[in-house]
Amino acid sequence: MRRTLLPRLKIGSRAKGLSPETSKEAYYTATQFQLMWWKFQRHRMAIIGSVVLAIFVFIMIFCEFLAPYGPQSRNSDYIFGKPQKLHFFDEGGKFQGLFVYGVETAFDRETMQLVPTEDRDVLHKIKFFRRGEPYKLWGIIRTDLHLFVVEDGFVHLFGTDNLGRDVFSRTLYGTRTSLSIGFIGVMISFVVGLFMGGVSGFFGGFLDNLIQRLIEFIRSIPTLPLWMSLAAALPKEWSPLRVYFTVTIILGFITWTTLARRVRGKLISMREEDFVFAARIAGSSDLRIIIRHMLPAFLSYIIVDLTVSFPAMILGETTLSFIGLGLREPVVSWGVLLQASQNVKAIEQHPWLFIPAAFVIVSVLAFSLVGDGMRDAADPYSH
Amino acid sequence: MARFIFQRTLTMLLMLFLLSLVVFLVLELPPGDFAERYVHDLRQSGAQVTAEQVQLYRHMLGLDRPWYLRYLNWMSGILTRFDFGWSLTYRMPVTQVIGDRLVFTVLLSVVTIALSYIIAIPLGIFSAMRQYSIGDYTFTVLGYLGMATPAFLFALILLYISVIYFNTSAGGIFSVEFQNQPWSWAKLVDFLKHMWMPVVVLGTSGAASTIRTMRATMLDEKNQLYVTVARAKGVPERKLIWKYPVRAALNPVVSTIGWELATIVSGSPITATVLSLPDIGPMFLKALLNQDIYLSGTILLIYSALTIIGTFLSDILLAVLDPRIRLTGGTQ
Repeated sequence: MRRTLLPRLKIGSRAKGLSPETSKEAYYTATQFQLMWWKFQRHRMAIIGSVVLAIFVFIMIFCEFLAPYGPQSRNSDYIFGKPQKLHFFDEGGKFQGLFVYGVETAFDRETMQLVPTEDRDVLHKIKFFRRGEPYKLWGIIRTDLHLFVVEDGFVHLFGTDNLGRDVFSRTLYGTRTSLSIGFIGVMISFVVGLFMGGVSGFFGGFLDNLIQRLIEFIRSIPTLPLWMSLAAALPKEWSPLRVYFTVTIILGFITWTTLARRVRGKLISMREEDFVFAARIAGSSDLRIIIRHMLPAFLSYIIVDLTVSFPAMILGETTLSFIGLGLREPVVSWGVLLQASQNVKAIEQHPWLFIPAAFVIVSVLAFSLVGDGMRDAADPYSH
Repeated sequence: MARFIFQRTLTMLLMLFLLSLVVFLVLELPPGDFAERYVHDLRQSGAQVTAEQVQLYRHMLGLDRPWYLRYLNWMSGILTRFDFGWSLTYRMPVTQVIGDRLVFTVLLSVVTIALSYIIAIPLGIFSAMRQYSIGDYTFTVLGYLGMATPAFLFALILLYISVIYFNTSAGGIFSVEFQNQPWSWAKLVDFLKHMWMPVVVLGTSGAASTIRTMRATMLDEKNQLYVTVARAKGVPERKLIWKYPVRAALNPVVSTIGWELATIVSGSPITATVLSLPDIGPMFLKALLNQDIYLSGTILLIYSALTIIGTFLSDILLAVLDPRIRLTGGTQ
């Protein structure tokens, strides 16, 4: 790794927060990843993006704990209920801590329907770290501890859907599904891309030609229509879990081509480098040269490519599920949640069902910002 | 150059052939066929259908023959008679079913591309010339947002805004009162009132990336020596910018117009479904769900063909505009 660093030094650049003298020394002795980290830190938007992503990952890991209710628990007293507002002060202006008002169901004489209305006399205080609905964390640990609950009554921060299920909780569970599809899909495209690109770049010749033509071919197929056709081919009687994995594989198997091209290009350009030659003279095997000497030199590019391909996965899953070709109930994902607001009428009547859309946009935005920052940081020639 | 174009044309034709094969195979993937689904629907509505009748029906539709025979049949029909097969749900030739809708799809894509370029290129130049100004930041942020919002969400948001604040009817291309009227001035106005939305939805992400590319290349070009020389010679600033760096920076943007077309076309099915436009997108979705394989196959083939032709055009344009590509392409 030190060898690849030498020609890339730029004299005169200063590492952040160090005096010119020590910084010069620090700069010369820094590892490649340290250099990238310093550069990444200067990208303010990318830092914000990373913080947002960290929050999303936290939600993804601990969604059962953060959500006050399970994804399928129904509240028959509050169907299509509006989001409840959080308050600190009651009607009389007295500080009460965090609370929501209770809900009573009134009979509307004009529409002849039961309408839930806010009951200003009843306060439900929000209690943190209390016991609520029992669940199994990651499907293993049995517990009933939640970040927040109300002791009697209910709290629905994002309202409820047609079955009285808590949209807030469901959105958090959906975060887990949608992001995990992204992660698994990226992993698949990583493995396939690394393998195909590696074979292509290292062996060259006939295999290289074959793989390159295959990549060109796959890239010439319009992505979304192909995804739609493949997703429509999944049998209706498959279990949701099986559909989930197949959709992930479909998404992953089409995005590997970018990575494969990158790996191939890097391998070919590096085959002729002095440090590879030196390693060969020293008697290293092919595999060792690739893994020990070449891979670290372009690992950063791979990570960047993976980050950049992440949003496409999330958008793919959301879009497919939204039009009913992807995931289905009882699996909860952002796309599945957005099915409830398929048309304007639905959004007009129950705008809160559209809240998961914000999660989609923010997460994709965060990934793009982080990806851009990382691309700049990984490129030794960018300013 | 001729040799390069010839090579690219051959590759394109080969790709088209392979694609048609893949399209057919993908659509063959789902278990069961149209006959089964049709009979299932019949039984649901209470009709008595025997196994022989199913078999007979299947034979009538030609679904009992092996897939390669059907593929050959389909292909030879397309190549010799321009016959894309028979739509099983509409009971009409596919060409008739798609006809108008295809024209609409292509028109919509072309208008979208033209508008997105007309808007994005000046914005990109502006952002580069006034780097780090408020305008530059605004466009950058809008660009990121435009790329991060999936088309169907964007369409829904716009629909919502137009219904709530402008009180126009949602989706479609005409208001109800104009639905079956002959063309008139009022109808045209109504049409335009509806059409801005799909154009904006389909064009935004492309425009966003065009702005970014234009900005980046302009930033590279505007500090080149030839620009300084021109300035030293006393060329007026406005003329200078349009004549020198802009022309150089346009290359990568203009030459990718084919890819842009491909992206817009392949992204359109969802937008069209959400906005209920009369293009081939909603029909594609329906045909997929009904296993109407000649219809869905034809549409998928059209999407792919547009993508490949778009890429082909871009390759040629790139070669025309940039001699380096032409040369390396020729020796390969």
